[in-house]
Amino acid sequence: MAGARFSGGAAIEPSPLAVEDRPLARLPAPSRVYVPMLQHQGTPARPCVGVGQRVARGERIGVALDEYSADVHASCSGVVRVIAARECGHPSGRAVTCIGIDCDGGDDFVTLPPLPGWRQLDRFELAARLQAAGIVGLGGAAFPAAAKLATASLDTHTLIVNGAESDPCAGSDAAVMRLRGDDVVAGAVMLGHVLSARRVVIAVNAALMPALSALHRARAANGDATDIEVVELPAHYPQGSERQLVYTVASESLGADELPRDRGVLVFNVATAAAAWRAVAHGEALVSRVVTVAGRGVREPCTLEVPLGTPIADLVAAAGGYAEDARRLVAGGAMAGPSLPHDDIPVAKGTYNVLVLSSAELQLDAVDMPCIRCGECARVCPSRLLPQSIVADIRGGDTATAIERGLDDCIECGLCDTVCPSHIPLLHWLRHGIGEATIAASERALADRSRMAHHARNARLAMLAEERSRRLAERERAALANRGPAAPSAAAMPDVLAAALAKARAGLRSDNDNGPSGS
Amino acid sequence: MRTFETAQAPHRPPARSLRSVMLLVCAALLPGTLVQAVMLGSGVIVQVLLCTTFALLVEAVMLRLRGQPLSRFLFDGSALVTAWLFALCIPPLAPWWIAATGMLAAIGMAKQAFGGLGRNPFNPAMVGYVLVLLCWPLEVSRWGATPGDWVPGVVDSVRAVITGAFPGGWDAVTGATPLTVEHELMARGMTLPEIQADARITGSPHPASWSALAFALGGLALCALRVVDWRTPLSVIGGIVLLATPPWILDGDLNASPLHHLLSGGLVLAAFFIASDPVSGAGTARGRWLFGFGFAALVLVFRAWGPHPDGIAFAILLMNGLAPLIDRYTAPRRFGQGR
Repeated sequence: MAGARFSGGAAIEPSPLAVEDRPLARLPAPSRVYVPMLQHQGTPARPCVGVGQRVARGERIGVALDEYSADVHASCSGVVRVIAARECGHPSGRAVTCIGIDCDGGDDFVTLPPLPGWRQLDRFELAARLQAAGIVGLGGAAFPAAAKLATASLDTHTLIVNGAESDPCAGSDAAVMRLRGDDVVAGAVMLGHVLSARRVVIAVNAALMPALSALHRARAANGDATDIEVVELPAHYPQGSERQLVYTVASESLGADELPRDRGVLVFNVATAAAAWRAVAHGEALVSRVVTVAGRGVREPCTLEVPLGTPIADLVAAAGGYAEDARRLVAGGAMAGPSLPHDDIPVAKGTYNVLVLSSAELQLDAVDMPCIRCGECARVCPSRLLPQSIVADIRGGDTATAIERGLDDCIECGLCDTVCPSHIPLLHWLRHGIGEATIAASERALADRSRMAHHARNARLAMLAEERSRRLAERERAALANRGPAAPSAAAMPDVLAAALAKARAGLRSDNDNGPSGS
Repeated sequence: MRTFETAQAPHRPPARSLRSVMLLVCAALLPGTLVQAVMLGSGVIVQVLLCTTFALLVEAVMLRLRGQPLSRFLFDGSALVTAWLFALCIPPLAPWWIAATGMLAAIGMAKQAFGGLGRNPFNPAMVGYVLVLLCWPLEVSRWGATPGDWVPGVVDSVRAVITGAFPGGWDAVTGATPLTVEHELMARGMTLPEIQADARITGSPHPASWSALAFALGGLALCALRVVDWRTPLSVIGGIVLLATPPWILDGDLNASPLHHLLSGGLVLAAFFIASDPVSGAGTARGRWLFGFGFAALVLVFRAWGPHPDGIAFAILLMNGLAPLIDRYTAPRRFGQGR
């Protein structure tokens, strides 16, 4: 076992799919795929093909517009039929531009030129290749790999390849490690070499025996991999979460506002490392991914390799179809994945798991009761928060206090929710609070900007006013000075007027040191 | 295309419910209650049933008054736990109106008037007990049998509870607990060996000791099932041992042994079932250590210098009042804020 064990969390038995030892089934391309232009965090790619155009598998159909983006490629050969916005399973239900390709069932494919000289690449050249091959984080978050590589610390001492697979219902990373162990190891070697990391660790859930033995075999077979460590992690949720992983492997405790790179660590998912290797060594773009179809809501849960853009309905069909009491469809893990309104949603790069749950696995009749402060949520919280107090603040509309109590540290793992005897939807409330806090922060930023602009305007106006009054005074002074010598003599004036003028001159003199001398 | 109802993550079967937690607490109270019933007569069971009836009655009326759904709250099991704990605190032959007023204070005032389940700052059973203890000190301290005495049966118990009169020929032994006798005699300046010779408490171990062991058994089971945080009973018992040992070593004639402290009165019951009440106790892990230790210290103080033989209820209520403060200063250090 490696390093320190984080506090909180819960021992979770891995999914049966993660420990089975079956070959991978490859799902043939469906009659039409809808490839989303946004399958990653960041900026959507822009379509670069037109309706009616023929494309080969691996051909670029969407171009990354900035560095926080990734190219998108055709996942089958065929003809582009439609380019339109579609619902893609985003929790808010927002639509994403998708390219619909009618697959011709053929096997035309194109690759990028392989880069056998990858040892000579620097991180930016490697990042460019990863962006061109559309590589993003395949562990679910789908952060563009190129952006992660390009922003890595110059002193990256540790590279962690994440095979923690700690969600109780997912198993695609386990399948990648088991069946593509050599790609994972080669990817780890390559990324570690390009980043000049002193330590390269493949961290694997200790309960995944087939995956572990495959990685050990692959490491022994790869001549460059002698320095790679394969480290076993406890079968503990949320061990796969970045902060917990970095703590266990590298003994670094990241603060709420820190990323691994701030401590010289970089984390890639095992499937990402394998895909990066294939993109470099074979020039393959990311056009398919391994997905587990899990849960008792499907008849034959299985692990599939799926062309991106395949509707989830096709995956369920390949898994024997829906069981009678299928009640909920989830994209991702059971702990934090969003539930989907329907199954006509395409598989994207981040879709590592499709979960169909039966009513028996959910107990839908649970009612939420008041909190009795039993403290179970605090016991399991990996961020060592007091979820019940934070949620009480959020429910009372007091986001500021919730933040004071550590809302920013919440990693939305959902454990508190699963242990609550009062069945309070804690994760829902925490996410609500995080949303409120984000809105409040942006409103505060806006208010700060407005206030600064207001102060600046006041200062500017004051300056102008001062300037004007200074000039006015100067002009008056000049006028008086001009008039001074030509002032009418006192003798020619009535007495009263002469007295007033004398008084005024006296006043001017005392006001102004170098004022005009009246007489 | 098949459509689904969407829902919030996590998508897992819910944890054991509040009601099952409450029922587990009751199950854990059963062995101790049965031992007490064997020792003191079936009045113990009669009181549990009587208090439960009153508790549900008061709960139902208060829920209706507060406009809360009866279906959701009446049978959540929390009233049952309160009633049961209260019943174990009062003598088995206490008249029925003790149970009635106790439950009115516990459920009506301490719990529902403060907002119901989860909102009570003070442990309801202890509020009820302190109220009847202060109002009717005599009725609440007539404990009846000592070992070897005749134990009243069901009919006699029910009759005594309804009429408020003890069974014939029993007034002579309206016994006191060993703690009461000790408290009384030590106040007169007697030493412990002299007190041990007192006719009223010879033939120990007293039934309280046996039921204490049975309650400890149930309580340990709750700790194993993680219904009760083990820190609370451990800190109470550890606190008693830690604080009562030095004076006992210094002068065993005037100061009771820690074991004696633990096995007398309702200390074990309180350590596992009352101090561990999450609603009115401390909520953080470190806070629970403090809460239990503070409770132990207060119990010893009340036993040594208080006007009542046992001060458990007062100690609990005082610590309940301190709990929010304890929580405030014992919040765990967050991940990433150093170790």
